[in-house]
Amino acid sequence: MLSQESIEKIDRELAKYPADQRRSAVMGALRIAQTEKGWLATETIEFVANYIGISPVAAYEVATFYNMYDLSPVGKHKITVCTNLPCALSGGYDAAEYLKQKLGIDFGETTSDGKFTLCEGECMGACGDAPVLLVNNHTMCSFMSREAIDKKLAELK
Amino acid sequence: MALEIEIDGKKLTVPDGSTIMDAAHQVGTYIPHFCYHKKLSIAANCRMCLVEVEKAPKPLPACATPVTDGMKVFTHSDLAVKAQKGVMEFLLINHPLDCPICDQGGECQLQDLAVGYGGGDSRYQEEKRSVPEKNMGPLVSAEEMARCIHCTRCVRFTEEIGGFQEIGMAHRGEFSEILPFLGKTVDSEISGNVIDLCPVGALTSKPFRYSARTWELSRRKSVSPHDGLGSNMVLQVKHNRVYRALPLENESINECWLADRDRFSYEALNSDLRLTKPMVKQDGRWIETDWAAALDYVSHGLKDIIARDGADRVAFLASPHSTTEELFALKKLARALGVKNTDYRTRRADFRADALQNGALWLGGDVVELAAAKSVLVIGSTLRKEQPLIAARLRQSVKKGTQLNLLALADDDLRTDTHAKLVVAPAALVNALAQVVAAAAELKQESCQLSLDAVSISDEARRIAASLSEAETGAIVLGNLAQHHPAFSELLLLAQELSRLTGARFGLFGEAANSVGAEVFFRPDQGGLNAAQMLAQPQAAYVLLNTEPDFDAHNPQLAKATLGQAKMVAALTAFRSPELLACADVLLPIAPFTETAGSFINMEGRLQSFNGVVKPLGETRPAWKVLRVLGNLAQANGFDFSSVEEIRAEFAKQLNADRVTGLDNTLKTDAAAVSTAVAAEGLQRLGEVPIYQADALCRRATSLQQTADARAPILGLHPDTLREQQLQAGQTVTVRQGEAEVSLTVGEDATLPSGVARVPTAHPLTASLGAMFGRIDIVRGK
Repeated sequence: MLSQESIEKIDRELAKYPADQRRSAVMGALRIAQTEKGWLATETIEFVANYIGISPVAAYEVATFYNMYDLSPVGKHKITVCTNLPCALSGGYDAAEYLKQKLGIDFGETTSDGKFTLCEGECMGACGDAPVLLVNNHTMCSFMSREAIDKKLAELK
Repeated sequence: MALEIEIDGKKLTVPDGSTIMDAAHQVGTYIPHFCYHKKLSIAANCRMCLVEVEKAPKPLPACATPVTDGMKVFTHSDLAVKAQKGVMEFLLINHPLDCPICDQGGECQLQDLAVGYGGGDSRYQEEKRSVPEKNMGPLVSAEEMARCIHCTRCVRFTEEIGGFQEIGMAHRGEFSEILPFLGKTVDSEISGNVIDLCPVGALTSKPFRYSARTWELSRRKSVSPHDGLGSNMVLQVKHNRVYRALPLENESINECWLADRDRFSYEALNSDLRLTKPMVKQDGRWIETDWAAALDYVSHGLKDIIARDGADRVAFLASPHSTTEELFALKKLARALGVKNTDYRTRRADFRADALQNGALWLGGDVVELAAAKSVLVIGSTLRKEQPLIAARLRQSVKKGTQLNLLALADDDLRTDTHAKLVVAPAALVNALAQVVAAAAELKQESCQLSLDAVSISDEARRIAASLSEAETGAIVLGNLAQHHPAFSELLLLAQELSRLTGARFGLFGEAANSVGAEVFFRPDQGGLNAAQMLAQPQAAYVLLNTEPDFDAHNPQLAKATLGQAKMVAALTAFRSPELLACADVLLPIAPFTETAGSFINMEGRLQSFNGVVKPLGETRPAWKVLRVLGNLAQANGFDFSSVEEIRAEFAKQLNADRVTGLDNTLKTDAAAVSTAVAAEGLQRLGEVPIYQADALCRRATSLQQTADARAPILGLHPDTLREQQLQAGQTVTVRQGEAEVSLTVGEDATLPSGVARVPTAHPLTASLGAMFGRIDIVRGK
């Protein structure tokens, strides 16, 4: 189901907690699984749950609670734009509008070529760098003016 | 340390660690609540139990606030009531206004509390949220999930009591939804309890749905007729029909729970399969007749056969699901006729212990004591399926530090931690227990009083022996599989020896509601045949009480052949079963437990009496009345009892308050030798009785029959055995035992030891096969 590399990473997560508290590793394990698979299918969640030794529905609770777990397929690059207040004051909405226009999609949609998914996000803790956006949950991009966005999209293509 | 506090001006002392809720219960003050439940962990998520506490800046949840010394609590102050009303307004915002059609209406905590705390009209003008329905399986309905108030009692129940979280709360905030894992149903054998726990009408009983309003039902106390625990129940009745079974709280037996078979087996009572008129077979055709003719037929038949073949060629077999009074009356009839052959142990294979027994076999203590033991060894039991509520109870004990040890025939998931376990093939069970005995003898540096062959002691056996020896209180219990095992007497002897060595008590799980009652009142008389002999050596006449030979016999194949040769088979039964129609000559419709008064003696030796809750269906009669007439027709003395109480009075000297006397698990062990050799060739059958095939009621309860536990039996094989046999899971093969062949689907079952073929018995698909244990062959070249 998951690659050997991911399993090793999950084992590393598990090692951070006492042996009788394996369920603590569920968030990390789901994150690792999502990084490999792109999104969390029911089977993936079930596999992770069984691997950790918790019931599948317990893992599903976690996977549905947090926004950054994707429960349906997303494009190759998921771009999350912050629209909370500091970003909004510094051009967050402009950045989002520009991305919508450029990609031809709205929030929560994926381009027809399957390359990009656009999401609206909450504060990422980098208000000084506003407007910010996040690529694939892991790469933070600061000061995203139109030019910066053009450059980033060109990079990602 | 005790803490002094004040609730609404009432002073009281409570132990350290109590919550305000506990303290309030102590003084009888009611604090409204939804998510709080005494048997579940504290969640404090409904917020309904907010109370005012002096010096606290805001209201605090009573269920989750520990008491401190000198605390002053106000449960009905303005602040508390305002908070409670506020919470109620929020809970009602999204709650649908479908009380008039809701099954929970009238017994709904939300409805009740809304009377006290709800507003007259709603300030909420927006759209209410809608929540899609969920499929939780054939027993629990989750059709109207918009009613859910997210108390998470059901979630906590499956995780904490059921041992495996089958229900969860997914998503967040106003998108939260209670659901089972996608595509899964709730398959726990005690799942029905979530219906009782649900404080609103989100989880309701599927079989009961929309069939009655709660206030139309009259409530009658009863006792579960299934496993040997004797769960207390309330049966709810309307129009002379049982509509629902709910738990009656009894902390020392079933706590506040019921197993699904206790709760849903009532469906069989109203099924078309009920026998409602006496029937007699004439020239191979069944005709309905009246009672007088049918009883005359039985009475004359027995009289003629006894005159011609002798009373020792007559056999009386009864199911241990019959009431004590029925068994007592049947035994009395047998004695009046000179019949010594009476037995209830139709699923047992080994009766050598009979000669050694000093009394009737039982649990050896109370269930509460079993649960409190520091170390428990369960031998040959599928535990969860045989004793669902004892399994749940032991699960709680394990959390409190009890060491649960197993000698199992399959490594089934008990949904609890185990301390040590040996999983062996049936033929190696005696050897495995002997290892534990030898290890205990070694540990205690005592010699074993049984003469045992040398066994090589495994590490797990040593751990089990150490656990039992070191524990302050220990218990050894033999389950159904051990009782059905062909070496049951060896297992019993070894259990006794292990008990002597370790100081742990030993006993048996009661397989049926009245196993102990039958053990006391219905064993064969001196010189009489036991059940296996009666079903192996053809007798001239058989009287069957609630017995279905194809499902209740250790070797159904043999039983059917034997019964087929009898001159007369008279069956007292509540149901028309195809097998009885084939082998019997006369069928007498008798009342199931809801239609007659009676009593069951549970595995603790506790006699629990109950009354009939509805009138007998059709021309059905209580078995004790039928037996009275048969006694009178035989011109026997002492058959003039006019109520079950009068029958009970006849055996009152065998009762001590509500406990039956004569219980004794000890065996005479003079020169007892136990062979520990593991001899088995070919594949060995492991033939357990599936949970919903155990008795006549379960078998006909339609909803139970749709559950995952009631799936058609498959041929379970360990992956290694699969490879050896060159088979693949999913393939259909023919298995043979003796003359009979049956087609089964092959399934991979890694919980089994290799060389074992798990083929459940007591199912229509496998009823033509032979013994529960022993050799079974896979037929090739077809």
